[in-house]
Amino acid sequence: MDKNVDISLSVNGQEVSRRVPARTNLVDFVRYELELTGSHVGCEHGVCGACTIRVNGAIVRGCLMLAAQADGATVETIEGVSESSEISDLQAAFHERNALQCGFCTPGFLLTAQELLSQNPSPSRDEIREFISGNYCRCTGYQAIVDAIERVAGERRQAAE
Amino acid sequence: MSVETDIVGAVHTKVRHDSARGHVTGQAQYIDDMPLLPGTLEVVLVTSPHPHAAIVSIDVAAARAADGVRDVISANGIPGDNNIGPVFDGEPALAEGVVDYVGAPVVAIAADSYDQARAAAALVKIDYEVRPAVLDIEQALEQELYTYPPQFMTIGDPDAAITKAQHRIDGEVRCGGQDHFYLESHIAMAVPGEFGDLQVYCSTQHPSEVQHGVAHVLGVPTNEVTVEVRRMGGAFGGKESQPSIFAAIAALLADRTGQPVKLRLRRDDDMVITGKRHDFLFRYDVGFDPDGRIEGVDILMGMRSGNVADLSPGVLARALCHADNCYYLPNARLRGYPCKTNTVSNTAFRGFGGPQGMLVIETVIEHIARTLGRAVDEIRAVNYYSTDDRNVTPYQQRVTDNIILPIVDRLRSEIDFDGLSSAIDEFNGANQTLKKGIALMPVKFGISFNTPKLNQAGALVHVYTDGSVHLNHGGTEMGQGLFTKVAQVVASVFQIDLDNIKISSTRTDKVPNTSATAASAGSDLNGMAAFNATNTIKARMVEVAANHFSASVDSIEFRQNRVYAGNESLSFTELAQLTWDERVSLSATGFYSTPGLSWDAKSMIGNPFYYYTYGAAVSEVVIDTLTGESRVLRTDILQDCGNSLNPAIDLGQIEGAFVQGQGWLTSEELVWDDAGRLLTHGPSTYKIPGSRDVPPIFNVHILEDAPNREATIFHSKAVGEPPLMLALSVWLAIRDAVSRVTGHRHLPNLDAPATPEAILMAVDDIKRRDSQTPSPAKV
Ligand code: FES
Ligand code: FES
Repeated sequence: MDKNVDISLSVNGQEVSRRVPARTNLVDFVRYELELTGSHVGCEHGVCGACTIRVNGAIVRGCLMLAAQADGATVETIEGVSESSEISDLQAAFHERNALQCGFCTPGFLLTAQELLSQNPSPSRDEIREFISGNYCRCTGYQAIVDAIERVAGERRQAAE
Repeated sequence: MSVETDIVGAVHTKVRHDSARGHVTGQAQYIDDMPLLPGTLEVVLVTSPHPHAAIVSIDVAAARAADGVRDVISANGIPGDNNIGPVFDGEPALAEGVVDYVGAPVVAIAADSYDQARAAAALVKIDYEVRPAVLDIEQALEQELYTYPPQFMTIGDPDAAITKAQHRIDGEVRCGGQDHFYLESHIAMAVPGEFGDLQVYCSTQHPSEVQHGVAHVLGVPTNEVTVEVRRMGGAFGGKESQPSIFAAIAALLADRTGQPVKLRLRRDDDMVITGKRHDFLFRYDVGFDPDGRIEGVDILMGMRSGNVADLSPGVLARALCHADNCYYLPNARLRGYPCKTNTVSNTAFRGFGGPQGMLVIETVIEHIARTLGRAVDEIRAVNYYSTDDRNVTPYQQRVTDNIILPIVDRLRSEIDFDGLSSAIDEFNGANQTLKKGIALMPVKFGISFNTPKLNQAGALVHVYTDGSVHLNHGGTEMGQGLFTKVAQVVASVFQIDLDNIKISSTRTDKVPNTSATAASAGSDLNGMAAFNATNTIKARMVEVAANHFSASVDSIEFRQNRVYAGNESLSFTELAQLTWDERVSLSATGFYSTPGLSWDAKSMIGNPFYYYTYGAAVSEVVIDTLTGESRVLRTDILQDCGNSLNPAIDLGQIEGAFVQGQGWLTSEELVWDDAGRLLTHGPSTYKIPGSRDVPPIFNVHILEDAPNREATIFHSKAVGEPPLMLALSVWLAIRDAVSRVTGHRHLPNLDAPATPEAILMAVDDIKRRDSQTPSPAKV
């Protein structure tokens, strides 16, 4: 039996076609096949959020999704959203508030924060804490991360007014 | 050492982490992100399923023949010395003859792909002859099984003091271990070079030790092995001694196959194979006067060392050296037993025994308070070290820089501790199910490695002719911001903007024979070494400038990216070029060793610490007496950082350490089964704090105008570990809430971690005890 599958997908705006082992998960695919190593692997079983990737506009755990399931999908990684400047304000705020130490969790948090703000432009601190609770950070104690997201929410609201 | 701040990125300014831009764009490279060299092999380890067994035979024939497999090794394939012990000899990289914990690596398989290696691992046949295992601390204490001889510290005459005291109590308390859960698990990648040389990329806090481990195992001189690390995805002590195992195995396989070899532990393997924070069993016997003043203590510390000693001697020494915390113990016997168990060897973890030592004395203080029916802080007040007398520690170092009282007083009054406490009384009176509690935690933490010889560091600084600077030192970056701080030091000495300084990866061929980046001392040691290197170059440049301007050496001044002699000046770049033109070296090494340290490991007497870092926290919690759940409602912290090198980075250290400590004391529970297997080997069963666990009100302040009295780097203080212990305020507040259930009449039976289950049992227990005691009752 052929254990490989052919997949075609859009990754950060580029069409990609590859033949991959059927069991390859999405985060390993982008990391090792496409050399997009900004998505990290922290736990390999869906708990830490370091592998967060956007598929068809919604964030997923790259370690819980097979690359084969992304066939035909639009995939965006931290590299893509950095390039497009979509989250440059979040990036600046994370930088400014030191919302990172070792940085291993950071790309996952940024994508998660962006998803939150697109669903709810005025989250309370509690709502921020709730929404990012599926992402682990072992270094910062989250305070700086929540501060940074709160600040960007405020800035975006102001800009929209 | 005066500092001008008219450059960008001077010391004491809130410079952001040097890798921040890389982190937010995903460009910062960890070892697993490095492009794979052609032919790179991946490794899977076959580990012991038994806590204790003799290895009868190992059959790797089928594994060797499996698809993609390039090499299979066990201990007998090790050409050098199968020994990676950081303190004592005889701690193997691959088990030899016996296995003594579940997870001990026995066989390593290198294959073209990870999946192939994993598949081959299932084909390895190892016959074991199972032996009886010792799995807990009590059993080891009973059988007197230790990984090395017990350590005792004594001052005064504790027996007489305890017997003569008007009051006497005894008790027992425990604290659990803690998995580091750095988000980046262990990884090493070995690349063979020419003539047997090896380049090893390794996520390690201690490149020199990894270098030694690799050289030992391969049986080659140290100079054939270079270890390099740019950054780690977290470490927290877990990458101090532990990486040697993986680096040595990867290096050996690379050496044998001639191919690059990568060994990355998957999360579950990482949690099973590598050591954790030491769990402890404490027993205490204390005598005190009617005011609660401690007259004598005898404390037994049963520490789970695990299968081998590893770094346990240092951890236990630090636990013993912190069993006083901020309190004067005139007569004390502190007995430390490094229990040998058939579980994974515990290792360094932020605080390194200090948190455990403090936990027991805080329990004692609380026990005294409940016995006398007084407030805990009243008991603290009569026991704090004084400044002039009552200031000798059990290890006979004098505490001369004590500022705990002003810190505690300021924190208590700023938050109106007494007001908060009465509000809690009111709340608890009006609520049956929910009960609140509050507690303060004072911390005094000794800075320096307990072993004096480790307190040394080196740095290497080059200035290029265009005025750009290359900085290297022995410290490693695990996210704590060390590289940024040391670069600030160099910028400040040269008086040039920070972006002129290139921070480079830690490499054993640039700065040799380094100590681990640990003991919170990273910036103290490496900052000073870089300071010295920079000043060496600066002195040479000053000579050149003086000649150039025909001015005296004393009149030369470095300021705002320029070098002045009166009204004349050159840019720093011009002077760099001129220095080269004059054939004067623009490169220097710097070295530093902490002054005034002494330690006799046998008598446990000396001056092991250069200074102390102080801090205090107050936490308010609520518990649900029907489910045992707890929440932290509010935490206020006042932390001493001396003249902080970087207040923004220090703030992050305080917040992060506190939350990590909170996890240790509340939700992070390591559970082993009767067969010695770790059941909590992944984040689905092992719960580290998430964003909702952080106190919703979290006020963190750095103590201002508090320069270190000692001549540390720009009079700053170390901050990596001390705030972790502030989290004991959470544990003590939970105990307070339990104790308030029955009107503070009893001491709760509540160990750490205070999981919901443990809290529920403690509540039931205290109610039961209360109903059995005629009121008004005491403990
Ligand atoms: S690696 Fe995917 S959630 Fe942790
Ligand atoms: S910054 Fe290290 S895990 Fe978040």
